Amino acid sequence: MKLTRRDFIKSNAVAAAASVAGVTLPVSSAVAADADDGIRWDKAACRYCGTGCSVLMGVRDGKVVASQGDPDAPVNKGLNCIKGYFLPKILYGEDRLTKPLLRKTNGKYDKNGKFEAVSWEEAFQTMAEKWVAARKAKGPKGVGMFGSGQWTVWEGYAAQKLLKAGFRSNSLEPNARHCMASAVGAFMRAFGIDEPMGCYDDLEHADVFVLWGANMAEMHPILWSRLTDTRLTKPGCEVHVLSTFEHRCYELADNGMIFEPQTDLAILNYIANYIIQNKAYNKEFIDKHVNFTKTPTDIGYGLRATDPREKAAKNRNKGKLSKISFEEYAKSVEPYTLEYTSKLSKVPKDQLLKLAKAYADPNKKVASYWTMGFNQHTRGVWVNGLCYNVHLLMGKIAEPGNSPFSLTGQPSACGTAREVGTFTHRLPADLVTKKDAHCKFAEKTWKLPAGTIPRANGKTDGADQTDISGKPMGKTLIHAVAMHRALNDGKMNTFWVMCNNNMQAAANMNDESYPGWRNPDNFITVSDPYPTVSAQAADLILPTAMWIEKEGAYGNAERRTQFWRQQVAAPGESKSDVWQVMEFAKYVKVKDVWPEDLIAKMPEYADKTLFDVLYANGQVDKFPVEQVTDSRGNKYENDESKDFGFYVQKGLFEEYRLFNSAEGIPKKGHEMADFDAYHKVRGLRWPVIDGKETLWRFREGYDPHVAKGEGVKFYGKPDGRANIITAPYEPAAEPPDKEYDLWLCTGRVLEHWHSGSMTRRVPELYRAVPDAVVYMHPKDAKKRRLRNGANAKLTTRRGEIVCKVDTKGRNKCPEGLVFVPWFDAGRLVNKLTLDQTDPLSKETDYKKCGVKITRA
Amino acid sequence: MVLPLLNATKLKTFLLQMSDSKDKNELNRRQFLGNMLKTACGVGLVGLGLAAYSKRASTMPANYIRPPGALPEEDFLGACIRCGLCVRDCPYDILFLGEVGDEVATGTPYFIARTGPCEMCEEIPCVVACPTNALDHDLKDIEESRMGLAVLIDQETCIAFHGLRCEVCFNVCPIRNRAITLDMQHNPRSGKHALFIPVVHSDACTGCGLCERACILEEAAIKVFPMHLAKGQLGSHYRLGWKEKEKAGEALVTPDTEHRYNLPDGVRYDLQGEGLIIDGEAEETPFSSNPLDTLNSGFMDK
Amino acid sequence: MVDMTTLGDDAIAAKGWVKSHKYLILRRISQLGILALFLTGPWFGLWIVKGNLASSLTLDVLPLTDPYVLLQASLSGVVPETAAIIGVVIVLAFYLLVGGRVYCSWVCPVNMVTDLAAWLRRKLGIRSNSQFSRSTRYWMLALTLILPLLVTGGIIWELVNPVSMMFRGIVFGMGAAWVMVLGIFLFDLIVAKDGWCGHICPVGAFYNLVGSKSLLRVNALERQACNDCMECYVVCPEPQVIKPALKGEKQGATPVILSSDCTNCGRCIDICAKDVFSYGGRHAKKNDGLKREGEISQGAQA
Repeated sequence: MKLTRRDFIKSNAVAAAASVAGVTLPVSSAVAADADDGIRWDKAACRYCGTGCSVLMGVRDGKVVASQGDPDAPVNKGLNCIKGYFLPKILYGEDRLTKPLLRKTNGKYDKNGKFEAVSWEEAFQTMAEKWVAARKAKGPKGVGMFGSGQWTVWEGYAAQKLLKAGFRSNSLEPNARHCMASAVGAFMRAFGIDEPMGCYDDLEHADVFVLWGANMAEMHPILWSRLTDTRLTKPGCEVHVLSTFEHRCYELADNGMIFEPQTDLAILNYIANYIIQNKAYNKEFIDKHVNFTKTPTDIGYGLRATDPREKAAKNRNKGKLSKISFEEYAKSVEPYTLEYTSKLSKVPKDQLLKLAKAYADPNKKVASYWTMGFNQHTRGVWVNGLCYNVHLLMGKIAEPGNSPFSLTGQPSACGTAREVGTFTHRLPADLVTKKDAHCKFAEKTWKLPAGTIPRANGKTDGADQTDISGKPMGKTLIHAVAMHRALNDGKMNTFWVMCNNNMQAAANMNDESYPGWRNPDNFITVSDPYPTVSAQAADLILPTAMWIEKEGAYGNAERRTQFWRQQVAAPGESKSDVWQVMEFAKYVKVKDVWPEDLIAKMPEYADKTLFDVLYANGQVDKFPVEQVTDSRGNKYENDESKDFGFYVQKGLFEEYRLFNSAEGIPKKGHEMADFDAYHKVRGLRWPVIDGKETLWRFREGYDPHVAKGEGVKFYGKPDGRANIITAPYEPAAEPPDKEYDLWLCTGRVLEHWHSGSMTRRVPELYRAVPDAVVYMHPKDAKKRRLRNGANAKLTTRRGEIVCKVDTKGRNKCPEGLVFVPWFDAGRLVNKLTLDQTDPLSKETDYKKCGVKITRA
Repeated sequence: MVLPLLNATKLKTFLLQMSDSKDKNELNRRQFLGNMLKTACGVGLVGLGLAAYSKRASTMPANYIRPPGALPEEDFLGACIRCGLCVRDCPYDILFLGEVGDEVATGTPYFIARTGPCEMCEEIPCVVACPTNALDHDLKDIEESRMGLAVLIDQETCIAFHGLRCEVCFNVCPIRNRAITLDMQHNPRSGKHALFIPVVHSDACTGCGLCERACILEEAAIKVFPMHLAKGQLGSHYRLGWKEKEKAGEALVTPDTEHRYNLPDGVRYDLQGEGLIIDGEAEETPFSSNPLDTLNSGFMDK
Repeated sequence: MVDMTTLGDDAIAAKGWVKSHKYLILRRISQLGILALFLTGPWFGLWIVKGNLASSLTLDVLPLTDPYVLLQASLSGVVPETAAIIGVVIVLAFYLLVGGRVYCSWVCPVNMVTDLAAWLRRKLGIRSNSQFSRSTRYWMLALTLILPLLVTGGIIWELVNPVSMMFRGIVFGMGAAWVMVLGIFLFDLIVAKDGWCGHICPVGAFYNLVGSKSLLRVNALERQACNDCMECYVVCPEPQVIKPALKGEKQGATPVILSSDCTNCGRCIDICAKDVFSYGGRHAKKNDGLKREGEISQGAQA
């Protein structure tokens, strides 16, 4: 602050005079301007949701002292939500972790010891011993890593390499498995390429908005204000909202519908049926661009195989599509009449009809939005697909305003988890470990011997891949929920959780995750800036540099990739996730984890560390350290580059870019601009071709991958046609019964983000919403002799929690359903939830299980 | 109820004791009267001082709010016997008793919304505890209480007015969507976002102050004030015409007769609606409805 | 003149220290015990009595209300709740029986302060004594009861009443109330002997009236044994009440201290080496008479 002494005295004299007179003066503009002296502003993508607002962070003397919404950002135009308003404060919680902490007794690691500060060297040495041992003893699934849709792009990419190529393990999953996996599954099945075809500009171009299990008003606040603005300013615009309880979006709804959980499947089939019955479908579009298929039914609920519900399932986990005709498809939706659907879903007929008409009207542009209501669903892939069916039938897709749009919960679920492919079955740019050719391409790109990456089935060129144990690799895929089961069963022995709070997130904590983590055979590492529930349950805690304490990149829900520079230093010995992943690789030798026959292909690698072969490979370390400087001459540190001696982020990104721009890439459509370009712009929506962004994909004129004259081409599929996939209504896994007589739905609130490890450390946000409450219908409360504000005990078959009853608040539940947010570490709602998943996407359904509520 | 205590005998003793309790007969009348006058004057002065002090002491700071059911301030100060039972029975410990030196009548209860607002207990234990009706026992429904009124006092700093998505006051308001509503407006600055402006309604706001506490600004932009500070008053003669009509369900005077107009073809006039309606105006052609625009715009193919 | 340095020595010599301080100790136990009952709640979470002396609720059952405060409230036009009325009836009944000013000597916390001042006065030999009438308190009482009728803003006395202020201060938080307490202490110490309790306090005056016909009284049944040491006059906060009973034998006056100014504190009983004083009924004179008759008859027999 460049306040001269004279200014200081002057302003103080005025203030003193004012205070004597009992007046509070507004800060004079001159003084305020002075107060901003010396602040260096730089852009960053907001740390929270998938909206991807851009913010400007003001740094002085190495500390973030100011922030603002980026007025030039096309997404948010300078606006923020209440969480974004407090972004600087998430860096400065008083309990930041600053040193690696290992459980020890008498100076030695002990699973039941107390946390003690250790050096990074000791931390990684301990960890490496455990990892190498587990990898040798238990095979590719003996080690595991659980990453994040909040990882920066290169963090996910570095981890991808470490696990899949380094440790030769496909046990890498992101928390996006709990979040977007169903959306991904449906994208792949319908279009053969991930992520929405539209963009946020649909918000201004649609005439009709339909919300399917998305509380945009709270979870995508800035997008909601865009949608609201269109509703306010566009004549004839209407908003339909569907959910299992009434939330804040209903304040704007022209047609607000509460449906019985799981019956969204029926409602979408009803709409398709209505369109067909009224011959409203776009025949030309269907003929040219659509295939009709069906999916196996009665597929179970992703529970352990021993569960009776799994044993009863005829086609457990099956999802292979088979072609059908339009007529067969039409017949499959025929049972979903207005009467039947209304009765099943409990939505009044006139409301269903109004909704169906909006979709069927050829003159109305319809944008459908969904988030966790669709994705966290035991039939999540199905229900995503059913929504595409409706849009495809009408041809209302891939053009301004006509847009089925899957909203993302995390800032880089798209950019990192999905595009980099940090899932067990994926590789960068939509490649999959199921395909030998894809793996080979990755190996070639990474300069590794063919056969390094474990194939999903453990076979390359038709032969078994050998494991370090000498045995065949076997099946290698393991999804997030299965990882906890494997930890619990002792089949996986080391687990690294990074950039998420899985102990607070994963369902069925009491029976699966907690016993899994505390299994004496297991060694759990948690990287986090704060002592979260996960950190408490870990054996080794690694202090993490967060957000703008490192150079980063996020990809939002509309395919927009945004970069930021390292703007401040991390506290203490905290290190970024990318540093942790790469540094850890130095502690593991190739020969510790690769079998001899593989090493024989590149014997020069034998004595090298994983760091050498993965990151010092002549590609990642290609760019020398440079002083990062912006166009205004401001200089920025880059701690990772300083430590490793090369421009880490640039090297990782440019190597990653080979997956979508190198010669002979197996799949096109993910093209990105070069590294330096992103530091200059407010994000670019891929595919970026010749420096130009793509707003709407698959549509001629908008998408350069669609040739002139093709009109529409779903080029993710070999024949350029999208799949309409018929799927029926099937009941939920654990509907309420006599004892557990209510539906339990969980979710979020506007003021807190996910598990609250950041936002609950912002005093103002904590004050605004301190604790989780159970929202319930007043009649349900009264029946249980509970009044508003009373303590209630929630019990499911798996556990119990106590929280206060709210019958008047923002969420109005229908009778028979309650809603509890999950941000509150003091009330772990995941003790209640069932570890059921969509058998296809393996995504947990957090929205439906039976709960009993009594007075506490 | 206590008045009968001062019955005739009591009064006699009382008056007797007004004089000194020494042997009265020994005092001469003059001395007696002189003494009495002196004491009376002294006490009178004390009385004046007290009355003046009471005026000052009963002006509370604007952010001190009385508990639910509190009588109007003057009546409240008469009724409250400063026992603190309301303080004790508040389950959230938000109530304070005025201490000497506070700018509030000594011993009387109040709360400060910013640090401890009323949590709106359904059973209103503070009122139940009050032995004197200073907190009105007729208040049975906490939503009927009027502790004060929330006022969105600073639109310049309230981030909702700038289009940020906050709405914490709205979200925490216990009289959901009635005491505070959101007025959704177009944001002309960004051009494509909406503003969600919180609006307080005095017919529903209890003045509990939960909004003020929750306000995320460093100094709250929404504050609860005592009703007399918060509320304006329309001139007693003036009525809002449309509201009166709505109340009555019909026009208060003879309804308007049907109007007819001289209009060219294709043009209608809707008196109560949008006024002049030119049919077919919505049809898009490349031409302005005013031929001069076309004529003056030059050739179209240029 | 009584030698202040040897005050009480005779009594200690005759009865021992404990016996010669018996009622003083019991009174302190009573005063502090009552405070303790109110404080176990806020301090230890053990709620025995809630509220303060103005109105309280014991074990969530027994309501007690100060009739003087409620009288002021009633005069300002308040109709109290049933609980308060019951509470007043109980309190009044109690003081009607045991003597109104038992409140002053056994309950009121200010008594400890003024007793300390009086004790220090004696120890330090402070003789200054501003002469003003003991009847001032009745004027004050009248003033405090008239003010609610005249001035809006109700119970004005309670804005400054040091008696309720001190107790409330201890239970709820002092604020600047200690200034008032210090003021009374200094007033009693330097300005006037027993200045506050004996001359000004309208609370005492009120209870004085309440207890004017009380049953429990101090008497000087053994007044013949009086050795005129005068120590009782010295320690008595209302010494004018002693003489009629102690020295009234000749006039045929009753040995019972009938003046309602007497606070039933029992200091005279403690300090008297000859055990002249004792607690007894209002009509203890009959016993006195009987005794004398007995003496006479005994003499006759002799």
